[in-house]
Order: sequence, then C-alpha cells, then structure tokens
Amino acid sequence: MESKLFKEYENQLPKRIIEDIKEAVPEKFSESKLKKVLELAREEYVNSLAEPGESVGLVAAESIGEPSTQMTLNTFHFAGVSEMNVTTGLPRIIEVLDGRAEISTKMMQIYFKKPYSEGKDIKKIAESIKETTLREYIQEISIDVAEAQMSMTLKAEKLARVDIKPGQIIKVLEKSFPKGYQFRPSKDDDHTIMLKSTSKEDDLNNLYKLKEKVQDVYINGIKGITQVLPVKRGDEYIVVTAGSNLKDVAKLEFVNFDKTVTNDIFEIERVLGIEAARQAIINEVLKVIDEQGLNVDPRHIMLVADTMSGSGTVLGINRYGIVKEKPSVLARASFETPIKHVINSAISGETDYLRSVIENVMINQVVPTGTGIPKLVVKTGKKAKN
Amino acid sequence: MARKKKTRSKEQIEIKNHVFVPKHEKCSEAEKKRVLEKYAADLKDFPKISINDPALYTLEAAPGDLIKITRESQTAGKTVFYRVVIEIQ
Repeated sequence: MESKLFKEYENQLPKRIIEDIKEAVPEKFSESKLKKVLELAREEYVNSLAEPGESVGLVAAESIGEPSTQMTLNTFHFAGVSEMNVTTGLPRIIEVLDGRAEISTKMMQIYFKKPYSEGKDIKKIAESIKETTLREYIQEISIDVAEAQMSMTLKAEKLARVDIKPGQIIKVLEKSFPKGYQFRPSKDDDHTIMLKSTSKEDDLNNLYKLKEKVQDVYINGIKGITQVLPVKRGDEYIVVTAGSNLKDVAKLEFVNFDKTVTNDIFEIERVLGIEAARQAIINEVLKVIDEQGLNVDPRHIMLVADTMSGSGTVLGINRYGIVKEKPSVLARASFETPIKHVINSAISGETDYLRSVIENVMINQVVPTGTGIPKLVVKTGKKAKN
Repeated sequence: MARKKKTRSKEQIEIKNHVFVPKHEKCSEAEKKRVLEKYAADLKDFPKISINDPALYTLEAAPGDLIKITRESQTAGKTVFYRVVIEIQ
C-alpha cells in the first residue's frame, strides 16, 4: 500500500523494515492506524539498536569464534567431476581475516553475455580463456642429431579450435627467441615447424636445453588461469576457473564483467576498489559459514569487514594489520611482540592517552565501554560555592 | 610519494555496474557539513578511501572530500556509508 507516511519514516527506519510493513498492512488501512504501526516499529527498532558503549567488537569476535571451533579442519569442495578443489572451512576463514596477499587456491567465476551465457560455444570459449603454452599444442617433438635441427609437429585439430595458424606460432617463437635461431615451416607439412641454430658452433646440448624452453612459451589465453570448467549455474552457463586474473578477463568482449567474481580479495581491491573488497570479505566468510551449516549473524561479519577496510586498504586482523594501526602503545604491546613495541615507542617518545579498553585494564582503571563511559557531572551554582 | 590523480586511461575497466561495487557519490560542501554535524565527528574520524581507488575514477575527488556510498545491505535493504578521500597509496 502507498502512503506519504512511509516517506516520513524513510530516515528513521531501514528500507527493509518499511518494505515489510508496506507488504504486511492490508489495502484499506486508515492513516491513523498506519501511523501507530510505524511508530511502534520505530520504537522497537530504536530499542534493538546497539547501545552506545556496547562492546560490539567483542561480541562479534565471540560470535564468529565459537562456531569456527565446530568447523571441520580442512574440507575440500569438489566442483563437478574435475579435480578442482578449493580451500574452504576454517583455513579459508583464517586466510580471509588474516588479509593474506597470497591465497592458497584462487578461483574465478566468469559470466558471459548473451548468447554465450545460454551455452553457445561454451567449450570453445572456456578453452580460449585458459592459459596455454606451446607444450599443449605439440603432437611430437624430435631432434635430428645429424642435421642439428629440431622438428615440432603441432596438433592441427586443437589449433583450429582456437583459431591459431602455425604461422602465428612461428612469429611468437621468433619474438621469444630473437637471436641465434631460425624457425620455418617444414616443406611437406605446414603443421610442422623446423628449428635450426644459425650459429655453426652451437652444440647439441644447447638444442636439448632449447627443446624444454620452447615448450614453455606462452601462446594464448589469460595468464594465471590454469584450469577451466564450464558449468551450468541456474539457467546460465558460466566458467569456473582455477587461478585468477580479473583485469585481463574484463577485457574479453564476450564476458559479462558485472557479475564476474574472484575469491582473491586483494585482486578485487586493486581492480574494483575498497568497497568491493569489503563486500568480497563478507561474501567469502558467509559462504564458508553457510557451507558448514552454521549460523552467524551477518552483522558481525560486516563489522569485521568494515574494520578491515576502514583505512582505505585491506588490513588483516593480526599484528601487521589492524593492530599496528592502534594509537595506543600499551594496546599494541598487549597483543603480540610486546618488547618490540615498548622499546620502539620509548625511542620515539610516544604518548599513550589511555583512551581504549586494554590499556586501562592494564593500569587498573575503569574501561571506557558500557557503563564506564558516562561520567559524573556536578552542576556548580551559587550554593556549591558556599 | 603520493601520485596525483590519474588520468582516466583507455584501459580503465568500467566497474560502475559490477555487483560488488556500490554507488559512490561526492558530497557537496553543504552535505559534508550536515554529515559532520550529524555524527559530531571530524573528517579524520571517518573510514578512508584512497584517491587512487578504482571506484573514484569517474568522480573528480580530491583529498579531504567526503564520499557518500549507498550500499545494498542484506540486513537493512539499503544503507548509507561515508568515506573520506585520503592521499596515500
């Protein structure tokens, strides 16, 4: 139902609650009754907000910490038939919250534009995304000892699938080995490349070494993506990958970049910004918790994600991250490596203003949280003077 | 040291519509004042956002500006968050 009363409460109630009320009240409902409902909802909402001085961080820590003791230590999630496994469970949560720059298993979910999202050429596309070296296109490689030359036979079928001509491969090879070698197609088969050293003194040993090097030359695909797997998610075809490269995938024209995600939080921060990284932290942690069949209020995780992204870059919850940002020396010293902090602050002459919790506990003072916040105020009037 | 605002390069990816990126807006001076008053806070108390953040490419933001971020929240439906632009990184 529509009423201008809703507009009035827009700034006082969250959008979700207003929408719920809109749906719940019957069509014919008097304005005065609606006003009553909204007023009651507002009262209830204000009462359920966290009170000033409440130790929300501590509650969040407990709420995430307790369920995580019930998690299986290391579970592997197999995506479909392929052997693609992803770190989940407690190790993954630790990885995310620690703010590790190098994560153990990178993974991407690539969405496509129509008609590719409906399954058109999905296999071909998946293959074109995967990083491929020459090794995978070689049928046979042999060295002619007498002539001191090497011949490579390429897989014609596989090359045709990704639209690469043998001539292009020769060009790539010439670029990778600019000096001392000659590449040319064989006379009787255009899918065979002959390789010869141009200097006469080159011995066979070098040729054998080259045989290995040549096979590692990068040919096509997105760098960093080592495995691809097309899957159907809902009624859309997507490609799940091992390895991640958001920036280069975004440049592909058939990719629907707006939905494409990776599990590398630092990559998201670089490409999409700090707000996206915050969202990624929340999603990654919630995903693990859901997978394990546990239940944690998302608000706790949001608080953690806000803390981690508050400084403009993603910081881990450890002594190199958010603990380092604390202004108080005693608070930092109480976490880890106390001697280091005490000595360094003594050298630079730091001041501790005792504004936070832990340093006040250390020196046996009232902590500024909860009921420790309000102070006694005395009004001094004429009577007080006497 | 801190780089000046990058010019928008050709290779810049369009990220505005990505599912993870909420709406970023630059606050006007009047709105900035109103927000500071509402929260009774200094600019330095706000969460920060780097001037080189990809989400700020299209906004001509300078250090000290307040960025209004309208998030789609799974608990509240929609929430407003503020970040102040800083120079480092």
